[in-house]
Amino acid sequence: MHFEDQPQDAEYRTHVRAWLEANAPRKTRPDETWGLHLPEDDRVAAAREWQRRKFDAGFGAIAFPRKYGGAGGRAYESAIFQQEEANFSVPVAFYNISLGVCIPSLLALARPEHKERHVRAALEGTEVWCQLYSEPAAGSDLAGILTRAERDADAGDFIINGQKVWTTHARHASWALLVARTDASKPKHEGLTVFIIDMKVPGITVRPIRQASGEADFNEVFLTDVRVPAANVIGEVDGGWKIIVASLVHERVSIGGALPRDLHRMTLEMAGDRANTDARIRERVADQYLMSQGLWLMSARALTAVSKGQAPGPESICAKIIAGRFLQDFAYFGMDLRGSEGVLAGRELDEAAMTSQRMWFGSLAVRIAGGTDEIVRNTIAERVLGLPPEVRIDKGIPFKDLAR
Amino acid sequence: MDFDFSDEQKMFREEVRKALARACPVVEVRKVLEGQGPWAAPAWDALVEQGVTAADVAEEHGGLGLSVLELAVAAEEVGYALAPTPLFTSIGLALEVVRRAGSPAQQAAWLPALAQGAATATVALGLHGVLPCLAANGTAEGELTAVPDGLSAEAVFFRALAADGQVHWCRVTANSAGCERRAQDSIDPTRPLAGVKLRQASVEVLAGGADAATVLQGVLHRGAVLLAFEQLGGAARALEDARKYVLDRRAFGKQVGAYQAMKHKLVDIYTAVELARVHVYYSAWALQTNAPELPVAAAGARVAASQAYTLAAQEGLQAHGGFGFTWAADCHLHYRRARWTALILGNVHDWREKLVSGLVATA
Repeated sequence: MHFEDQPQDAEYRTHVRAWLEANAPRKTRPDETWGLHLPEDDRVAAAREWQRRKFDAGFGAIAFPRKYGGAGGRAYESAIFQQEEANFSVPVAFYNISLGVCIPSLLALARPEHKERHVRAALEGTEVWCQLYSEPAAGSDLAGILTRAERDADAGDFIINGQKVWTTHARHASWALLVARTDASKPKHEGLTVFIIDMKVPGITVRPIRQASGEADFNEVFLTDVRVPAANVIGEVDGGWKIIVASLVHERVSIGGALPRDLHRMTLEMAGDRANTDARIRERVADQYLMSQGLWLMSARALTAVSKGQAPGPESICAKIIAGRFLQDFAYFGMDLRGSEGVLAGRELDEAAMTSQRMWFGSLAVRIAGGTDEIVRNTIAERVLGLPPEVRIDKGIPFKDLAR
Repeated sequence: MDFDFSDEQKMFREEVRKALARACPVVEVRKVLEGQGPWAAPAWDALVEQGVTAADVAEEHGGLGLSVLELAVAAEEVGYALAPTPLFTSIGLALEVVRRAGSPAQQAAWLPALAQGAATATVALGLHGVLPCLAANGTAEGELTAVPDGLSAEAVFFRALAADGQVHWCRVTANSAGCERRAQDSIDPTRPLAGVKLRQASVEVLAGGADAATVLQGVLHRGAVLLAFEQLGGAARALEDARKYVLDRRAFGKQVGAYQAMKHKLVDIYTAVELARVHVYYSAWALQTNAPELPVAAAGARVAASQAYTLAAQEGLQAHGGFGFTWAADCHLHYRRARWTALILGNVHDWREKLVSGLVATA
């Protein structure tokens, strides 16, 4: 049992650190958020530029195959890079959907010609991907989507109509993975098909969603008579559910991510002198430590498995529940520390207040995206504890006959 | 990065689990609960036979010369089996007092018997009340209370205050003149307690020369880590028992475990247990390597494991419904054990304090 790198990993980390030092400024505080004051288009331009530089240096696609421009490295090296990158003030999350979810799914499931066409450009960062899965009436119950794909028998194309929602980066994406219903006479999981969609074709309208916080990080996407060649189907027609399940696994692994070791220092710094003098504050610092250090240790446990070429254990699913709870607590704590002045919007105070207040709303999304707390609990109950599955009254019934 | 036990340590754990499953079915636990003996003799014999008591003792003192990690995984199994044994008091606490405060001669005299389970000892930590007084003639005057395994242990280690204001670690034995011991009722009768009255009792002062407070710190850290392993094992067992029950029990035409309210309750326990697990394992690493993080890691393990066991025992009992409230169900064994273990080394507020002091000190 130890927390040191193996010699080869230590060497890699040194190499990574040296490159980062030469190419990016260090964070001045662990909770510093890059680009807080930049308009979205500038953030995106900077994220593209950063990905390109990483790619050229061999760090943009560490664990992807060399054939497509990846570095052919190990998942563990990728985690080392993420850990080190977290100490620098750089745009980090922009490619999570592209490289964490869409491209791994393509590599696992798409035809060779799709991989040839798409993977390299995505790894370089020139082409961004988004995921057109969720719909207004299909979130947790994703298989309940209403977007239709109808075959145009003459042209051999599919024509897609419907509405998607909560799409990250839709405005900036060149391509999307989309799921649509190709056969409503089959039960709901059986009539779905996954397509590669060119986001620039006619019939696609992207509109930002104004979130509860007032910001707009997500979009809704309207598809009206969007024509897609049959060659863009991934896997089998009506065989899309398998592909969705596989890509959600990638999403979960990608959300787990790597955490900095000194996450708990943020709480202590925020508390300042009151961490010495106020017993009530000290109790909260301790509770925050248990969650944030616990998350780091859980990621260390998962990484240990990864470093041995194994999959992380089932307990890593719990991390999402703990992360949601921690971030929400962390936000409240930061706001409480301000006392009555805490009613001022962050920009009236300072960076730390802005971070707390962003987290105040951001933590809500963590508890919803990629599986709500309740869905995650069901998953753990059924897959890990082996408790009986939820009753499914929609099983085996043609989708068109279900009550809506 | 290798945040895991080695294959050998996992095998050792497996052997201990099997041995305790044979030696300490719950009927043995209940014998102690009903006052038949100070501990489950078959369980203690099994631990001695498996080498648990000797695991992290040096070979020159009759030990196996392994690390505290072996002892830790065994403690987790002791918790899992609910085994009433003096492992915590004799090997977790007393042995460490001897190692830290004893002179070479005292260590040579006492450690082999402890390591081989031939004798047991305990520690009155003195976290409450006033310390006994130590007179110049080598006698002590005072009272010790809530001493775990205090009636059965051959020797009790405690701190006493000398006239010059110095605190010394002392040892008093069952047959010392002026030492009177009596059983005290425990909230968990499977973890018996005793009061010790010292009336000009002849005691032996530990002569290793170490500072008494530093020794106490070291003993508390080791105790917190090893007890956290017991708590973790107990919590996992309480969850496992609740899971079995809700799968077995039916209400309104289906398994109770099929109701989402019950599923989510058990997942909340599981999440608390897995969060505790990483803190507890981390504390074992810190203890084994004597890392600067030890005070924080031990406190983190103690708080997280106390909270997880409390939740698992309490909600696990609730998951059993009315049956859980009976003497016949094992739920109250955990409910008692969870509270007892959460208090014996000081409560979670004390340990949160230690945790934050440690964080501030290393900031």
